[in-house]
Amino acid sequence: MGNNISLLLVVIPLIAAPIVAVLPRGRLPWAVALLVTSLCALLAGMQLWAVLHGGVISYELGGWAPPWGIEYRIDAVNAFVALIVAAIAAITLPYALLSVEQEIPEEKIPLFYSALLLCLTGLLGITQTGDIFNVFVFLEISSLSSYALISLGRKRQALTAAYQYLIMGTIGATFFLIGVGLIYSQTGTLNMQDLSTILPEVLHLKTVNTGFAFIMIGIALKLALFPLHLWLPNAYTYAPSVVTVFLAATATKVAVYVMLRILFTVFPYGFALATPVEELFMVAGIASIIIASVYAIYQEDVKKLLAYSSVAQIGYMVLGIGLASATGITAALIHLFNHALMKGALFMAVGAIIYRIGACRMDQIHGLGRAMPWTFAAIVIGGLSLIGVPGTAGFISKWYLVTAALEQGAWISVVVILFGSLLAVVYMGKLIEALYFRPITDSGKEVTEAPILLLVPTWLLVFANIYFGLDTELTVGVAEKAAAILGGGNP
Amino acid sequence: MSEFSPFLLFFIAALLVGFTRDLPRQLILLATPVLTGLHLWLNIEVGSSVSYSIMNYELVAMRVDKLSLLFGYLFCIASFIGSIFAFHVKDTKQHIAAVTYAGSALGAVFAGDLITLFIFWELLAISSVFLIWARGTERALKAGLRYLVFQVLSGVLLLAGALVYFHDTGSLAFDHIGLDAGIAGWLIFIAFGIKSAFPFLHSWLTDGYPEATVTGTVFLSAFTTKVAVYALARGFAGEEILVYIGVTMACFPIFYAVIENDLRKVLAYSLINQVGFMVTGIGIGTALALNGAIAHAFSDVIFKGLLFMSMGAVLYRVGNINGSSLGGLYKSMPKTTVLCIVGALSISAFPLFSGFVSKSMVMTALMYEDYGYLWLLMLFASAGVFHHAGIKIPYFAFFAHDSGIRTEEAPRNMLIAMSIAALLCIFIGTQPQYLYAMLPWEVEYWPYDVTHVLAQLQLLFFSALAFVWLNKKGLYPPELPSVNLDMEWFYRKLVPVAAQRVVTSLRDTKASVLSIATVPMQDIQTKFTKSSVAKYYLSESWPTGSMVFWISVILVTFLALNAFG
Repeated sequence: MGNNISLLLVVIPLIAAPIVAVLPRGRLPWAVALLVTSLCALLAGMQLWAVLHGGVISYELGGWAPPWGIEYRIDAVNAFVALIVAAIAAITLPYALLSVEQEIPEEKIPLFYSALLLCLTGLLGITQTGDIFNVFVFLEISSLSSYALISLGRKRQALTAAYQYLIMGTIGATFFLIGVGLIYSQTGTLNMQDLSTILPEVLHLKTVNTGFAFIMIGIALKLALFPLHLWLPNAYTYAPSVVTVFLAATATKVAVYVMLRILFTVFPYGFALATPVEELFMVAGIASIIIASVYAIYQEDVKKLLAYSSVAQIGYMVLGIGLASATGITAALIHLFNHALMKGALFMAVGAIIYRIGACRMDQIHGLGRAMPWTFAAIVIGGLSLIGVPGTAGFISKWYLVTAALEQGAWISVVVILFGSLLAVVYMGKLIEALYFRPITDSGKEVTEAPILLLVPTWLLVFANIYFGLDTELTVGVAEKAAAILGGGNP
Repeated sequence: MSEFSPFLLFFIAALLVGFTRDLPRQLILLATPVLTGLHLWLNIEVGSSVSYSIMNYELVAMRVDKLSLLFGYLFCIASFIGSIFAFHVKDTKQHIAAVTYAGSALGAVFAGDLITLFIFWELLAISSVFLIWARGTERALKAGLRYLVFQVLSGVLLLAGALVYFHDTGSLAFDHIGLDAGIAGWLIFIAFGIKSAFPFLHSWLTDGYPEATVTGTVFLSAFTTKVAVYALARGFAGEEILVYIGVTMACFPIFYAVIENDLRKVLAYSLINQVGFMVTGIGIGTALALNGAIAHAFSDVIFKGLLFMSMGAVLYRVGNINGSSLGGLYKSMPKTTVLCIVGALSISAFPLFSGFVSKSMVMTALMYEDYGYLWLLMLFASAGVFHHAGIKIPYFAFFAHDSGIRTEEAPRNMLIAMSIAALLCIFIGTQPQYLYAMLPWEVEYWPYDVTHVLAQLQLLFFSALAFVWLNKKGLYPPELPSVNLDMEWFYRKLVPVAAQRVVTSLRDTKASVLSIATVPMQDIQTKFTKSSVAKYYLSESWPTGSMVFWISVILVTFLALNAFG
C-alpha cells in the first residue's frame, strides 16, 4: 500500500459517489456510503500512523514528478486533519440512516448520499493535495456538493440559505483563485513545496502581497471568520440534521487547515508576521468570540444557537493562529479536533430531538430533557465540553489557548477567552434550562427517547469528548508535531 | 505494587464504609490506619517516590522523606485512636468524612508537588466540614459554613500561589519556597497561614471546632493544623517572621482561653497556642528548632487528642460542656478524670510527660539563637498553658464546686482510646529517644538535665500557686455562660451589618441608575435595529449584500495596511 493510501483516500469516495447515485432506492446507497466512509476512516488512521512513524509521504499523480505534476504531500498536519474528516464522516453515517429517511424525500436519498460522498471527496482532497490550484478544485467540489446538501433541508428557507451560501462561497472561492493566479503570475509554479522555495525571493512584489491578501480573505470567508460568517448560521440551521453535523465538524476545520498551510508552509514563516494579517486575525478572533457568543445567547432556534457558537469557536482557533507561536498553532489544532468532537456531539443530539418532534425552537423543546434523558445528557456533556470544564476535551483546548496567550503576554486575549467561556455558560445554560427546567408541553408528553441508532453515534462522540479531555496523548502529541512542521523549525 | 500512596487505603475504606454497617465497618475503620501504618513501616523507604503525569505535567503523588514519613505515622496513630473513640458512632456520614479526611491529610503530607498538595488541601477542607455539620444544630451549620469559607479561601490562595510560582520558576515541586519567591511565596504563605491559624486568620478554628460532633473534634484537632505545620516546615523553614507570628500565637489565645466558658473552645484556643510553639520552631529554622517543632506536633496531636476526647466524653455523657454548669464529675467519671489529667500534664509540659520533651527543644533553640525577650514571652505562654489547659480544664470539669450532676463513666471504647493516648503521652515523655530517632534532622539533644527540669517545675508550681491564690481570693475570672467573640466579631457582626447596608444602598442606587441608563439605552437599541447597519451589514436576512460589503472593507483595509504599514 504505502504511498497509495493518500490517493485511495480521495479516489475511493470519488468513484463511489456516481455509483451510489445510480443505486436503487432503499437502504443500499446508505450501506455503500457507510462502507466507503468506514474504509476512508481506516485509511486515514493508517496514513496518520505511517506519517508519524515514517515521515512525509509524497505521491506523484500520474507519475509526473513535481513541481510539474500534481503531488500529494502528507505530513502530520494534513494526516491529522484528514483523520478528523474521515472519522467524523464514519461516525455520522450510522446516524444518517434514520435521520435521512425521515428528513429527505425517498427518491432523493441515493443522490443525497452521492453528494455527501462528493463532499467528503472534496474535503479529503483539500487535505491531501500539495498543489495550491488543486486545493481550489477540491474546495469547489466540496462547496458545490454542500450547497446541494443544504438545499435538501426540510424547510423552504433551506433553499435560500443554500443559494446565499452559493453566492458567498463562490465569491470566497473566486478570491482564492484570484490570489492563486496572482502568485502564479510571479512564480510560475503551483506546487506548495516549490512555492515555498521561490516565494521568499519575490516577497517584495506588490502583486504577491495582493495575491496573499486575496487568498487570505477567500479562505477567511470559507472558514466563517467574523464578519464573513454571515452564510454560516442560515446554512447550518436549515440544512438536514446529518449535513449540519458533518459540515459543522469538518468543513470549517478544513478551511482552517488551508489557512495554516498557506500562512506557514507556502509563505515563509516570518512573512505573515510582517503583514497585518496577524493583527487582523487577533481582532477578528476576539470580535467573533464575543459578538458571536452574544448573538448565540439571543437565538430562539437551537441549531442557530449552536451555529453562532461555532462562529465563536472558530474565533478561538483564529485567535490561536493569530498568536503566531508554536503553542498558539498547537492550541488552534487541538481546538480544531476538539471542536469537531463537541459540535458533532451537540448537533447529533439536537438532530435526535428534531427526529422526535420535527423542530427545535426553544419554546417547542420545553421539558424534553426529561422525556429524552440520554439525548439530554449528551447535550449537557457536550455543553460542558464547549464551556471548557476540566475533564472534557474543551478544557484542553482552552488550557492551551490560555497558555499560548500568556506566553505572548496577550492579556486581552486571555480575558476574552475566559469571558467567552462565560458566555458559553449562558447560552448552554439557556438551552439546558429550556430542556430540563421548564414544564413539559402537552405535545411533549408523548415524546420518547431517540432510537438507539441515533444515540450510539452521539454517545460515541460524547465519550470521545471525555476521553480526549483525560488522555491528550493523541491530540496534543500530534498537534505539537504538526505545529513544529508548520513552524518550519523556527521558534 | 509495593509502593502505592498511603492515602489510597483510606479512600478505599471511605468507599467501603458507605456500604457496610456495624461490625464489618468497625473492623474496616480500625484496620485501615493499622494497615497503612504497617505499609509505611515495611514497604516504603525514605527517598522513594511515585509520580504520574497529567497534561505533560509531571506530578509527584508520593515523595517520601523522614519528614513526611513521621507525619505519616502520626496521622495513622491519630486516625487509629480516633476510630476507637468513634467506635460506637452509627452515623455513616461521619465515618466517611473522618476516613476521607484522614486520608487527605496523609495525601497532603506525601504530596511532592504543589498541585497534588492543593488537591488534598481542598479535600481536607471539604471532608472535614461534614464533621462539623454532622452535629446537626443550627449553630454547627452556620459555624461549618464560616469554617468552609476560610478553608476554601486558603485552597484558592494556594492554587493561585502555585500557578504564579510555576510561571516564575517553571517548577511545581513542593520544596523550600521561601518568602523571597515574591508574590507566589506570599500567596502560598498566607494559604498555609490560614490553615495553621495565624493570628487574625485563626477564627475558623475557635469558631468551628467547638461546634463539631463529640468525635469529630478529635479528628479535627489532629489533622488540619498539623498538615499546615508540615507544609510550613517544608516550604518556609527559617523565615524569621514566623518566629514573631509563632510567639503571638502562643501568647494571645491565653487571655481568651481564660475567660472562655465552653471547655472545648478553651481547648481550641490552647490548640492555637501549641501550634504557636511549632510555628516559632519553624521560624527559628535551626535543626534543633525544626526537630522541636515537628516533635511537638507529634506529641500535640496525641495529648490534644486526649484532652478533646476527655471533654468529648463529658459532652457525650452530660450533654453540655460549659465550665459554669459542670463540676464534681470526678465522682461519676473517675477514669476519665485521671486520663484527662494525664493529658493536662502533658500539654503543660510536666517532666516525664510528652509535652516536656518536645516543647523544651523549641525553648532551648530560642535560647541558642539569642531571642531573649521572646524566650521570656514563651515562658509566659507556657505558664499560661498550664493555667488554662493544665488546671482549668480538669478543675472546672471534674472538680470545682459540685454541680450535682451524676452520670456514668465514659463508654468503654472511649476509655480505651483515651488510655492508648495517655500511655503514648507517658511513653514519649519517659522514653523520648524513640521519638527523637524518627526526627528528620540529626541533632544530639536530651531534655532531662537539672536546670531544665527545675526551671520547668518552678514555672509550673508557681503557676499553680497563682491559680490557687486567684481562686481563693475570688479574683479568677468566673465561668459565666456567655459567648465570647474575638476576631469573629468582624465577620459575624460587623460584616453582615455592613453588608446589609451596602446591599440596600446598592439596590437603591441601581434602581435610580437603571432608570437613568435604560431609557437612552433602549432608545439606542431601537434606533440600532432600525438603522441600516443592523439591517444590511450584520443581519442574516440580507447576508449576501452585507458579506460583499464586509469583504471589500477587509480587502481594502488589508491592502492599505500592507501598503503603508
